[in-house]
Formats: sequence, C-alpha cells, structure tokens
Amino acid sequence: MTARSTRTTPNVLGGLGGWLWLLVVIVPIYYIVVTSLRPQADYYTENPLSWPSAPTIDAYRQVLENDFLRYFANSVIVTGTSVVVILAVSLMASYVVVRSVRRSTSRLFQVFLLGIAIPIQATIIPVYYLIVQLGLYDTLLALILPSIAFAIPLSVLILTNFLRDVPGELFESMRVDGAGEWRTLWSLALPLTRPAIVTVGIYDGLMIWNGFLFPLVLTQSAETRVLPLSLWAFQGEFSVNVPAVLAAVVLSVLPILAAYAVGRRQLVSGLTAGFGK
Amino acid sequence: MTAPATTDVTREARPARRAPRGRAAGPSLWMAGPALAFFGLFAFVPLIGVVVLSFMSWDGLGTPTWAGLDNWGRTLTDPVTQNAMWLTVVLTVGTWLFQAPVSLLLGVFMAGRQRYRAVLSVLFFLPLLFSAAAVAIAFTALLDPNFGLGAALGAEWLAQDWIGDPDLAMWLVIFVIGWSFIPLHSLLYQSGVRQIPASMYEAALLDGAGRVQQFFRITVPQLKYTMVTSSTLMIVGSLTYFDLIFVLTGGGPGNATRVLPLDMYLTGFRSYDMGKASVIAVLLVVVGLLVSLALNRLSGANRMESQQEGV
Repeated sequence: MTARSTRTTPNVLGGLGGWLWLLVVIVPIYYIVVTSLRPQADYYTENPLSWPSAPTIDAYRQVLENDFLRYFANSVIVTGTSVVVILAVSLMASYVVVRSVRRSTSRLFQVFLLGIAIPIQATIIPVYYLIVQLGLYDTLLALILPSIAFAIPLSVLILTNFLRDVPGELFESMRVDGAGEWRTLWSLALPLTRPAIVTVGIYDGLMIWNGFLFPLVLTQSAETRVLPLSLWAFQGEFSVNVPAVLAAVVLSVLPILAAYAVGRRQLVSGLTAGFGK
Repeated sequence: MTAPATTDVTREARPARRAPRGRAAGPSLWMAGPALAFFGLFAFVPLIGVVVLSFMSWDGLGTPTWAGLDNWGRTLTDPVTQNAMWLTVVLTVGTWLFQAPVSLLLGVFMAGRQRYRAVLSVLFFLPLLFSAAAVAIAFTALLDPNFGLGAALGAEWLAQDWIGDPDLAMWLVIFVIGWSFIPLHSLLYQSGVRQIPASMYEAALLDGAGRVQQFFRITVPQLKYTMVTSSTLMIVGSLTYFDLIFVLTGGGPGNATRVLPLDMYLTGFRSYDMGKASVIAVLLVVVGLLVSLALNRLSGANRMESQQEGV
C-alpha cells in the first residue's frame, strides 16, 4: 500500500476495508435515490433496498409543486450575494494586509485570525438580538449579513497566504506604470489569486448553502425559507410521504453534485483548506 | 488602525521593510474597512454581547434587564445543563474514537496510487456534499424500524428504534456524525500520507520491515501533525454539532442527546430564557478556545502555513 516503487503482494485486508467503507457510504445514498423514485403506496410493501417495480417521479413533482423552487431561489440569492461580497471585501482586506507596511496591519491580521476561533453557535443569541433591532428579522438580508461576517476571517487568511507569494516586483512595476491601488488590485491581485478565490468561494458557498442555524433562528415565514430549512419543513409536512421527503433531499444536493462533477479538484481543495483551518 | 499617523513617522526613520519602494505606506487602510465592518458588527460585537447577555435577564422579546450572577448560578446548578455537559463529553470521546482510527486507515488507503482506490476516493467524498439537515432526514428514514434498512436486510439489531430509544440514540448520533465527517478527515490524512518521502518506505523494505511494521514505525509517527490538526477539528467540532442532532433527534428522546449546543438553543429559543442560554454559549466559547490552545501547544509550533502549503 505504501512502497510504490517496489513490488509487493496486494494488500488484501486494506482492499477489503476500502470496499466495506464504500458500502457504508453508498447504501444510504442508494436508499435515498431508490426510495425517492418509489410510488408512495409501494413504500410500505416493497423491500426498501430493491429497485422500485414501478419507478415514478411523482415524489419530485410533489416537491416541486410545494414551492421548492422558491426555496431554491432563496438559497441561490443568499449564497450568491454572500459569496460575492465575501470575496470582494476579503480580497481588499488581504491586499491591505500584504501590501501595507504600516505596523497596524499586522494587528489587523491578528484580529481576523482570532475571528476564526469564534463558533457561530455561541454568538447566535446576540446576532438574533441585533437582527431584530435592525428590523431585519425574517428577511433574506438577515441571513446574508451574518453569513458574510463569519466567513470573512478564514477567507482573509487563505487569500493573504496566497497573495504573499506574489512577487513584490510585479506590484512595483504596476506602480511605476502609474497604476493606483485600485487598479493594481483589479488587474494584478485579482487575476493572480484566482485559484485561491475559487477555492475560498467554493468553501464559503458550500457552508452557506448547507447552513441551518442562521435560517432557523433568523427567519420564520415560507417566503424567506432556504433549502436546508425547507427539508426540515417537508419532513414535518410530508411525514407519511417518505419518498417525497427524500426527493427533496435529492433535489437539494443536485446543484452541489453538479459542481462536484465539474470541479472536483477545486471542491476538494476548497473543503480541505476550509476545514483544515 | 488606531494611530497610523505616528507609526508613519517612526517608519520614515527606519529603512523600508521590503524591496525598494518610493511611496510611503501602500494601500489605504480604508480598503480593509468593509471587511472589518462586517466582521466587527456581526461577529465580534455578538461575541462581546453574549458575555454581557449572560449577566442579563431577557425573554427574547422585551428589553434585557440586569441580573448579575443569577444566570450563572442557575445554569451551573441546573441538572439538565449538567447532563448536557456530560453528554457533550460522551459525544466528543465517542466521535473521536470512531472517526480517528477509521479516518487514518481510510486516508492511508486513499493515498495509494492504484486506480480502484482513486475511484473509491471519489465516492468516499459524497457524504460531504449533503447538508446536515439532509443527512439527518435520510438516516431518519433509513433507520425506520419497520420500513428501513433493518427490514430490508432482515437484521434484528438494525431494526431497533434507534431514534426513539434513549439508550441507542447517542450511538446513532455518533455514527451519523462519523458518516458525515470521516470523508473530510480521511482527506486530511490522505494528503499527509502523500507527503511522507517514499525513500523512508524503501529503506524500511530493505531492512525487511513488513507492512504492519511500516504502518506503525513510519506512517503513524510521520502523521503526528495531521493527527493533531484532525483531532482538534473533531474535538472542537463536537462542541458545536447542532443542526445534525437537532433534525435527527431534537435532543431527545427525553434529554438523551441534548448536548450543550442543543441545550443552548432549546433554553434560548424554546424556553425563552436567553440569559441562561448565553451562559451556556460562553461556556462553549471558553471550552472551545481552551481545547484549541491546548492541542496547539501539544503539537509544538504554529503549523498554519505548512498545513496550507500541503493543500
């Protein structure tokens, strides 16, 4: 398993373990998919792991008819807006941290470093108070603003580490050419840090897309419901219609699955960079 | 940020820190303003706020009023919260004991260059794509005693009422957390294993070390830093697991899975006792910080940079 250049006997035990874990991972996912395709009546009679004898997309139709698209749109708005703002303000802040020679910038960076250690869960009560006081309770903005705030520390950290590796001469030559700071940021820092920006954007996007606590505490009505919360609501509404609940689960994960298929490498590096903090 | 003018003056006297640079201090600090404003208002102020609120009495609707140490006394002597602390310890130890060995073995497995291992690694990643709510809902259906996996396989022990039985619910929570997060930790181990120089294994092979010896003499010691990082994440993570347990069991049955984050939420947003909930939140922050610091100390130097390079 480890000595790559030398020939050894195949690692039977390791292989067995790998296939065993595959079962643990795949069986629940397979179950979700087959059950979502099973007619509701057959759910009670057929073997739960068998391929449905009469596959149907009724469950999906039912979910879509129950405002799923609105929840989906809410999630897109919240995630999209947050990620764009996070990337913009974090890149600006990282640029200051890396390019400024003032002493105060290192203190600035330490503030962001400390911020990484703040758990969202522990601050939810004051955040709730703040959002109510601002008159934003039960709006999409109530989700966007704190989501941005809590993503900034890690985003600044990763972008700063990346921007530090850009040779100083490049910035100098921009300056000699008479480019201002904004111009340098836009046409030098932005293109050069694109891989890091994609990584950070994916990580932040996934966290916000799947986030549950902010929507649970800061919104209430169906108009502002986002996907993870809608799954929970569906579970309550359709309690006896398990295929429909699981169809909603499948629909909620489809966009991320598509992203995984397209940019697997970036998604993986985004997640390890983010969680590996 | 506080006194840029004075620092500028002192800077003039010293040679420039970087390459030759004509103009003074680089970009204006205002460019960091928006990030600071968002972070300050919605993350830093709430952190201070939760400490303040832990000394106040508030029902979530009216105006908070001063309560002194009352909340702290009530919370620390409350048997429900004490039980929540104990359950959090159980969850932390349980999830670590499950996740750490499996992630290590899977990481080593995934680091192999065989084609089938690469394919399996792609599939191993899938649980990370699901939201905690989705995972919890899927397992609720999957473990239904009558129409779930137990019935499908005819396995008695699987067909138990995992969610409804107070003696079983915590085991279920530990397993489902492992199912969701082992992919992430095995990724960390995978990149750790790939950084071990192949020459070490070749030397060991020449010395006649078998596969098991190689694993314990080379792989495990070389992964020390990865283990600390991954364990920190696991332990700090188990202090904050909320959404998965909330949707899966709601803290129940009874209080059987009411760990601290759930205790905080239920106290604050179901019993409308925000002061008491804030005390629990402060406890979470303090314990989380202490654990991170202790584990960082344990691992020696600050490895933030080297970890990032590996990615």
